[in-house]
Amino acid sequence: MQQYSGFGLLTHSLTYHENWQRVWNNPIPKKHYDVVIIGGGGHGLATAYYLAKEHGITNIAVVEKGYLGGGNTARNTTIVRSNYLWDEASHLYEHSLKLWEGLAQELNYNLMFSQRGVLNLGHTLQDMRDIERRVNANRLNGIDSEVLTTAQVQEMVPILDCSKGARYPVMGASWQARAGTARHDAVAWGFARAANNLGVDLLQQTEVTDIRVKDGAVVGVETNRGFISAGKVACVAAGNSGVLAKMVGMDLPLESYPLQAMVSEPLKPILDTVVMSNHVHGYVSQSDKGDLVIGAGIDGYLGYGQRGSFNVVEHTIAAIIEMFPIFSRVRLNRAWGGIVDTCPDACPIISKTHIKGLYFNCGWGTGGFKATPGAGHVFAHTIAHDDPHPLAKPFNIDRFTSGQLIDEHGAAGVAH
Amino acid sequence: MLLIHCPYCEEMREEEEFSPAGQAHIVRPLDPEVLSDEEWARYLFFRKNPRGLHHEMWLHTHGCRKYFNVTRNTVTYQIMESYKMGQQPSVTASEKGQS
Repeated sequence: MQQYSGFGLLTHSLTYHENWQRVWNNPIPKKHYDVVIIGGGGHGLATAYYLAKEHGITNIAVVEKGYLGGGNTARNTTIVRSNYLWDEASHLYEHSLKLWEGLAQELNYNLMFSQRGVLNLGHTLQDMRDIERRVNANRLNGIDSEVLTTAQVQEMVPILDCSKGARYPVMGASWQARAGTARHDAVAWGFARAANNLGVDLLQQTEVTDIRVKDGAVVGVETNRGFISAGKVACVAAGNSGVLAKMVGMDLPLESYPLQAMVSEPLKPILDTVVMSNHVHGYVSQSDKGDLVIGAGIDGYLGYGQRGSFNVVEHTIAAIIEMFPIFSRVRLNRAWGGIVDTCPDACPIISKTHIKGLYFNCGWGTGGFKATPGAGHVFAHTIAHDDPHPLAKPFNIDRFTSGQLIDEHGAAGVAH
Repeated sequence: MLLIHCPYCEEMREEEEFSPAGQAHIVRPLDPEVLSDEEWARYLFFRKNPRGLHHEMWLHTHGCRKYFNVTRNTVTYQIMESYKMGQQPSVTASEKGQS
C-alpha cells in the first residue's frame, strides 16, 4: 500500500496526480470466507479492520448492497464525544474516543479529526441539574467534563444569544474539550483502505438476500452474486438490521426512524466548536469547508425512506436561529435523512445470538458515528473469541429480557 | 409533510396537528402474572418495525385529542387508510416480506 504523506503529494504533483494507486480493490467473491460482514459502513469496515489486525483473521468479506460508507456513515453530523451518563455507555464511548485520538496516524489517512470541544447547553433549571449530574458521573469515570456558566459559554461562543430575554435562555452548559468532529466519509474510506491492505475483500453492489442456517449454525449468505459460504456472519446493517434478523426468524427490539440533518452554504469561519441543545432538538457545528452542519431530532414515525417531514426541519431551524440570530440569513444547501435503528433504551446491541456464528451490531440509533472505531474494536473481539468483549457485555440482546436496560435517553435520546 | 385523515373529525389535516404513537393493535396481556420474562419483554419492547405496510396509532393532539389507527407504507410514507380505535384495517400486507 502506498503511504500517504506530504512528500508523496509533492512527488505526485510532478505527474499531475495521474498515478495514484487505487485505494482498494474490487474483487470477485470467493466461495468461502471465515467471516462475512454484512454492511460496508464505518462500523462494518472497522470490524473487518480490527479482525484482521488484532485477531489475525484475514479471510473476511465485507458485503455491501450499495457503495462503501453510503448509508448513515454519509448522513450523520460527524460529532464525536463520550460524555454519556451511565458507566456501561460512557466506558464504551470513551474507549471509542481514545481510539479516535490515534486513528489518523494508525490508518495513515487524514480523518480530519478535530477535538474542538462540544457544548451541551442547559436552558432550564432541570437541564442544569441533569448536566451537573452527568458531568459528575463523567468525572467519576475519568472522562473530561466541565460545567460552564453562562458567562463562560458566552466567552467561548460570542455569537450565541445568551441574553436574559432570549427565547431559549442559556443557563450554562456541559463542556467536553476532547470531543469534536471528524470527516465522516474519510473514516469509512480509511478503514476500507487499511482493511483491504490486510487482505479483506470489499464486495460492493452485493446485496444479501438470505442468511442460510443449518442445525442452529450459520453456514453462509445468499447474495445477488451467488451463495457465499461463511464460518461466521456479522450483521452491521443499521436501519436494515431488522430485515436481516427476519431472514433467520429472529426479532430485534428495534424501530427504524428517519433522522434529518442539513448543511448550509459555505461561510467564513464563525463557529469553532460544537453547540448542542437537547432542549430544542438542535445542534450545529461548522465543517472545515465552512458549511454549518445542523442536525434535527428524529421524526416520530417509522420510516425506511431516508427522508423525513419538513416540519421537523422547520422546528430545528427556528430553534437554531433563536439561539444564533446571526444565522438568520444563511441559506441551506442540502437536507437529508438517514434511517436510525433505535432501541427502547437508546443503547446499542453488540451481541451473539442463539444461532451459532451469527452476530449483531445494531441499534445505535442516533449516535453510531462517534462509536465507529470503538464499536468495530469490541465487535471484532466478540466475533473472534465467540465471547463478548468486556465493554460489549452489557449491550447483550438478553438485556431486554433480564431487565438490565441502560437508560441513556437523557444523554443520547435526542441530540447527537 | 404527511396529510392525515382523522376518522373522528372526518377531515384531512396536516401532520403537525398529530403525534405518532407507535404500533397499533398491541394487546395488553390479560394475565400479566403468568407471563414469562420472554413474553413480557416481547410485549414491552419487541415491535414489528416492517419495511412496508405498518398499522400504527396517531393522536390528534391539536384537534379532537383522540387516538386512531393509520395504515401507512414505511418506505413510500403513503397513507392507505385511517380507521377508528377498535376497528380492524381493511388494507393488510399480502406481498411477501411485508407484515
